[in-house]
Amino acid sequence: MIRLTVNGVAYEREVEPRLLLADFLRHDLGLTGTHVGCEQGVCGACTVILNGNSVRSCLCFAVQADGCEIETVEGLGSVDNLNPLQKAFQEHHALQCGFCTPGMLMTGVDLLRKYPLATDAEIREGLSGNLCRCTGYEHVVQAIRSVVAAEAENGG
Amino acid sequence: MKPPAFEYLAPRSLEQAVAALADGEAKVIAGGQSLVPMLNFRLLAPSLLVDINRIPGLDFIEADDDGGLRIGALTRHYTLETSILVQERFPVLRAAMAHVAHLAIRNRGTIGGSLCHGDPAAELPGLALLLDAQLKTTQRTVAAVDFFESALSTVLADDEILTEIQLPAPTPRTGWGFEEFARRSGDFALAAVGATVSLSGDAVAEARIVVIGAHDTPLRVSAAEALLTDRASIAAAAAAARDAVSPNDDLHASADYRRHLVGVLTRRALTAAWQRAAAPS
Repeated sequence: MIRLTVNGVAYEREVEPRLLLADFLRHDLGLTGTHVGCEQGVCGACTVILNGNSVRSCLCFAVQADGCEIETVEGLGSVDNLNPLQKAFQEHHALQCGFCTPGMLMTGVDLLRKYPLATDAEIREGLSGNLCRCTGYEHVVQAIRSVVAAEAENGG
Repeated sequence: MKPPAFEYLAPRSLEQAVAALADGEAKVIAGGQSLVPMLNFRLLAPSLLVDINRIPGLDFIEADDDGGLRIGALTRHYTLETSILVQERFPVLRAAMAHVAHLAIRNRGTIGGSLCHGDPAAELPGLALLLDAQLKTTQRTVAAVDFFESALSTVLADDEILTEIQLPAPTPRTGWGFEEFARRSGDFALAAVGATVSLSGDAVAEARIVVIGAHDTPLRVSAAEALLTDRASIAAAAAAARDAVSPNDDLHASADYRRHLVGVLTRRALTAAWQRAAAPS
């Protein structure tokens, strides 16, 4: 039996040890916003926040998340109430098919918390572990840059 | 794919972990950033995963009085990347962390896990060799130079766990350089070179050159080190490093290209190391 919190909601579930955290979120909790792409830690689509740090949920077992706090894309905002990064993605057309978007967003959240992202090169470097099959990277960079600029204007 | 079925244990002490590993089909999981892909590919099918993440006392960075550092095996790459102690005492480690995969991997991947995985193209095994690390396990302390046997293979016994990495204090006037080339940001290196140069007056007291990604273990190239006598000899040392390696051809790069990279990266790493060593502190 594992107990964990996802987007502020407490869950208690019995899991098989080999169940990946990504599959647990999708299949057991129905939180299908977290996408599964490569299952080998390369594409970044399944990125979630675990105890405050972005991680690949395909490289972590649900059983290891016992007692942890997880944030997924569902916790960022809602359709009627997008968070600033989601809003920036919308405004800058930073998604096409949308498959990579949850991973891009969760990575973006962690990057914005941890790095100054003063240059586009730094933003690109930070996003380099998230693959977009539509190759729409430029607008993702623009979206994140706009959030950095807005935060600077609001005094961080 | 999905991983094969296994039993799971999250012991709260090293003693419990070691006892669980007595079953030879068991495997330690730390950050899991190399192990879980191998499980998902079904390249491995352990009967039991022993998760050491819940064992207290393995995640620390502590300063030795003499200028060295002791780093717990469960320390995450991101912690190393952002540690002020690491930046002050071994800035080469911080510089190299920027080349390790991506933030989400660095958040989870551990120092001990990278060393025990022993990928010859990974940064940490090479850095352990460069910095003359001592690797403390549940059974003994092993010098980094004796730790790596071949690709993905170390001297660790099945029931032995790496607990601590000990970095001896650098000698005064030691400069460093770390140069890596990968096709894409965060990929494993096609080749990387770490170098340190210690000066005494105008003479070289010690030079260390370690090549990553061009051999089945990280490789210290003594033949090149011996040629480094003054600043003008950097080119000759770099050529010797290039000639000392026998990398493989693979789909990422030809052996010739890798050799060429080793020469160029060695020259750059030594130049940076010399400049830092010669700079007034």
